[in-house]
Amino acid sequence: MDNLDQIVSEAQAAFAAISDPDALEQAKARFLGKSGQITELLKGLGKLPPEEKKTAGAAINVAKTTVENALNARREAIRKAALDARLAEEALDVTLPGRAEARGGLHPVTRTLERIESLFASIGFEVADGPEIEEDFHNFTALNTPEDHPARSMHDTFYLQNPDGSVADKVLLRTHTSPIQARYMQAHVARYTPGVLPDGRGQLEKMPEIRIIAPGRVYRVDSDATHSPMFHQVEGLWVGENVSFADLKGVIADFLKSFFETDDLTVRFRPSFFPFTEPSAEIDVAFMSGALKGRWLEIAGCGMVHPNVLKIAGIDPEKYTGFAFGFGPDRLTMLRYGVNDLRLFFEGDLRFLRQFA
Amino acid sequence: MKFSESWLRNLVNPALSSAELSHLLTMAGLEVEDMRPVAPAFGQVVVAQVLEVVKHPDADRLNVCQVDIGSGTPQQIVCGAPNVAAGLKVPCALPGAELPGDFKIKVAKVRGIESSGMLCSAKELGLAEDASGLHLLPADAPVGQAIRQYLELDDTVFEIKLTPNRADCLSLQGIAREVGAITGAATALPHVAAVPASIAATRPVVLDAPAACPLYYGRVIAGVNARAATPEWMVRRLERSGIRAISALVDITNYVMLELGQPLHAFDNTKLEGAVRARLALPDEQLLLLNEQKIAVDRDVLMIADDAKALAMAGIMGGEESGITLDTTELFLESAFFAPKAIAGRARRYGFASDASHRFERGVDFGGTARAIERATQLILDICGGQAGPVVEARAELPARPPVRLRTARAEKVLGVPLGAARIAGIFSGLALQFTQDGDDFLVTPPSWRFDMEIEEDLIEEIARLVGYDNIPAPAPRARMAMLRQPEAQRPAYRIRQMLADRGYQEVVNYAFVDTAWEADFAGKTDEAELIRLANPIASQMAVMRSNLFGGLVDNLQTNLKRKQSRVRLFEVGRVFRRDPAGAPVAGFCQPLKMSGLAYGGALPESWAGGGRKVDFFDVKGDIEALLAPAELRFEKLAHPALHPGRAARILLQGREIGCIGELHPEWAQKYDLPHAPIVFELEFESIKQVVVPAYAEVSKFPAVVRDLAIVVDHDLALQTLLDGIESQKTGLIQDVQLFDIYVGKGVPENKKSLAFRIVMQDTQRTLQDSEVDAAMQQLVSCFEQAFGAQLRA
Repeated sequence: MDNLDQIVSEAQAAFAAISDPDALEQAKARFLGKSGQITELLKGLGKLPPEEKKTAGAAINVAKTTVENALNARREAIRKAALDARLAEEALDVTLPGRAEARGGLHPVTRTLERIESLFASIGFEVADGPEIEEDFHNFTALNTPEDHPARSMHDTFYLQNPDGSVADKVLLRTHTSPIQARYMQAHVARYTPGVLPDGRGQLEKMPEIRIIAPGRVYRVDSDATHSPMFHQVEGLWVGENVSFADLKGVIADFLKSFFETDDLTVRFRPSFFPFTEPSAEIDVAFMSGALKGRWLEIAGCGMVHPNVLKIAGIDPEKYTGFAFGFGPDRLTMLRYGVNDLRLFFEGDLRFLRQFA
Repeated sequence: MKFSESWLRNLVNPALSSAELSHLLTMAGLEVEDMRPVAPAFGQVVVAQVLEVVKHPDADRLNVCQVDIGSGTPQQIVCGAPNVAAGLKVPCALPGAELPGDFKIKVAKVRGIESSGMLCSAKELGLAEDASGLHLLPADAPVGQAIRQYLELDDTVFEIKLTPNRADCLSLQGIAREVGAITGAATALPHVAAVPASIAATRPVVLDAPAACPLYYGRVIAGVNARAATPEWMVRRLERSGIRAISALVDITNYVMLELGQPLHAFDNTKLEGAVRARLALPDEQLLLLNEQKIAVDRDVLMIADDAKALAMAGIMGGEESGITLDTTELFLESAFFAPKAIAGRARRYGFASDASHRFERGVDFGGTARAIERATQLILDICGGQAGPVVEARAELPARPPVRLRTARAEKVLGVPLGAARIAGIFSGLALQFTQDGDDFLVTPPSWRFDMEIEEDLIEEIARLVGYDNIPAPAPRARMAMLRQPEAQRPAYRIRQMLADRGYQEVVNYAFVDTAWEADFAGKTDEAELIRLANPIASQMAVMRSNLFGGLVDNLQTNLKRKQSRVRLFEVGRVFRRDPAGAPVAGFCQPLKMSGLAYGGALPESWAGGGRKVDFFDVKGDIEALLAPAELRFEKLAHPALHPGRAARILLQGREIGCIGELHPEWAQKYDLPHAPIVFELEFESIKQVVVPAYAEVSKFPAVVRDLAIVVDHDLALQTLLDGIESQKTGLIQDVQLFDIYVGKGVPENKKSLAFRIVMQDTQRTLQDSEVDAAMQQLVSCFEQAFGAQLRA
């Protein structure tokens, strides 16, 4: 039986010395193969006397199991070592930058307009739109600013040429987004007149409220550090049966606090004049902290929709009242992100624009 | 409107600091834009008289002066001013004075001679820029008096920005009235008495256009000395109101305009012939104006004329020939009311503005016309001497001031605040409005100086102003709640922009007016009739409305290349403009919203991972396909003035053209200094908003069969042509056809290409038999062979 122990330790030693999987399988053959040493011993059992057979058989089987275990353990160790080696080899410098497309971004003013639209959408304001080459009628007359009204000189208007070189007298580049009010109200009245639901279902007791926000580009003959000949405005309009100046103040204050995400500001309304609103107000805001602390900043014009404007649109000013306001989203963007030069918005400089991605 | 605070306080003097007064005006709608002291802070500067001037022994440019400062003992002061002379009265800073710029005056030796003070220029006192010499004072200036007191320097100039409705505040009297109404302080408006005629000279006045000029006062004043000096106090008030003193007569008319708000005009009476007439311009009438501009007057311009000729553009500007000069001794003074409608816009039409037209087009108090002529007469007689003739009055129908009804409940509804009739009555009284009250209803008769009180809202605005906008609450609004309709078949605009941004594009905003050359280069528009030109562009490179967005993007690319940005992807969403007789909503113009992009530089950002390939047509095409997915687009060859003729396509969605894509034409790349051509695209924004609401289709439970097919076709055959062929031959089995390889080269004949397709076949109801698949493939192959001369690749 000494021989058996020797075979076992020989096998164990042989396996342990091997690190190549093929060599291991060859070594296995030496002990467990068809003519391996253990196999030979098992084959030799038949020659033993029956009384020894049982004992010897058991001993050989124990040795066989031990060798098999040693083999399996070695196989596993070699597999593991190979895996470890592969993993080590496959290791990456995880600090290298990713391979994705660089992300672009929205224009900062677009960002502001999106925020304004979504804040107002949360209290039921829909987005409306209108043309930029606008009729003189909608830009001025429908807004209670007839020809030769002194307020027209407040707007330095861009006019267009006819193909023959003369100045077109019926169209212009809109000087504000307010004509959208006029257009929207007219369309709204047309849709709900004479008080029948659009799909013909029965009578409508009253016209539904108008609550819109209308962002867009506007144009004025003006260009310096604080004026651009093209800039943005966002118009708001709420017409209903019981809309008051106090409501206007409430909505604007709520908006400004939501837009700047702070209660740390004061909103001031002071009397002003726009032909299409009355009473009219300018809205100033002052921040209680930050770089602009304590300064009144003019940020919007607003007022109760002038009865003439309602009448021109076909709305009865006795029954309905409303307010309108116009913000400068460029200005709001500058205040929100600390931009100090309006012209940056229109220069297309990626180094500036990427800051808002 | 600029004015001096001290002048205002002469008329109304509420117990408020300058800052409080400023706030009050602003909150009443008279926005104070600027407020600055007349002179910077300094002290110990007095009126002094130079008694003796002797050359400094050791300095050519210096003089040693003996100066009377009112102390009884002449002071020795060294002075370097070139205009110093004995007898002059000048400001003198005494030892201990601190002048602007932190300049302290001490007794000191100047080149060995002791000097006890400094004689001052206007600049040294911060009064003006003039540093050329001493600031000379009038001969009657009292020696020893503090200069601040003598020149009334403790004063503030207010500049208020008046809205067009508040013409009544274009005068000191008007502002004083407003301050009185708000504060309740007593106002002392200037007392004006009628000046009796001392001569009989008159000139008849005829109102030929009574609607435009319903009231005219005129008077002859003879024997005036036009060279008389304007008194210091008047010069000071004028200058602090931003009006330069010119000569006594001009200064007086300006002064009365500032004081009472009534523009006046003085004609040289000896240049007039016959009656003075207010009439509309005659055909082809011309007039040389005081500003030396010669204008051809339109027929709707109101003129002042005599029997022979035009004299002035009424209420706007006088004529050069009939104007007063320093030699004028006899004048005809005009104080008239011109209807705002007759004046409005006229001056602007001829490219100028005047203080008079500014007031008349907004409305001048016709109740004060007579008062103004008396006030001016008195001042002329006082300052220039002379004798006044009787006032001639011509009068027609003045603007009506029909009473305006105000309902308390309406005011409360519009303002959203409880007021009560008593409070409203108090406000109206404070504003000196005449009214009658019937319960909660008021009937208000607007005063002659207000042109902005015609309807109930005008009165509501007055109430709101006087209540104070600050005192109206700002509650959270109440409204009927209803959800906004948000069609699922429309993607929000921001989402589309964000999708493009996520693919690497940065949004820009460019001007809608562009260089004419851009329209020619990028849109092929060279015909004037097609261009939309601005009548008044601010610069020639911003002269026409753009018809596509490419020019701006190319310009942005140039800008960024100059700033060393090598990889640029940009997009803009903006309107483009073209003439279109069927355009709506504004007739004659089509102005759709477009989304346009540009890609330049590496296909991917420069990276350790390689990828040095430049962006090409198919990269950008992929971006567009992704943007519009799952909709399927078709691309067709396109000739476009901006684009490379072999690398440009129109983009079709459901058969409709929605945009284009292509490589910028190499000619433009060269012209616009681009090292290589960018890929650009343009899409109709409205079309890309539309998406299909998903609808369920059954998913097959049976296995798909995939077959590959390689064919050789003519090199120029467009893939789309083949795909269309497949489409027409499609049996129900073919689910998908993908091109997975294009090969040109060895094994493929010249002018041919090999295309390899992967074809997926499947049935939703059963497993396909090999024979069916083979038949379908065979059908496809014969279609390729017959329709396109294709050959199966060996």
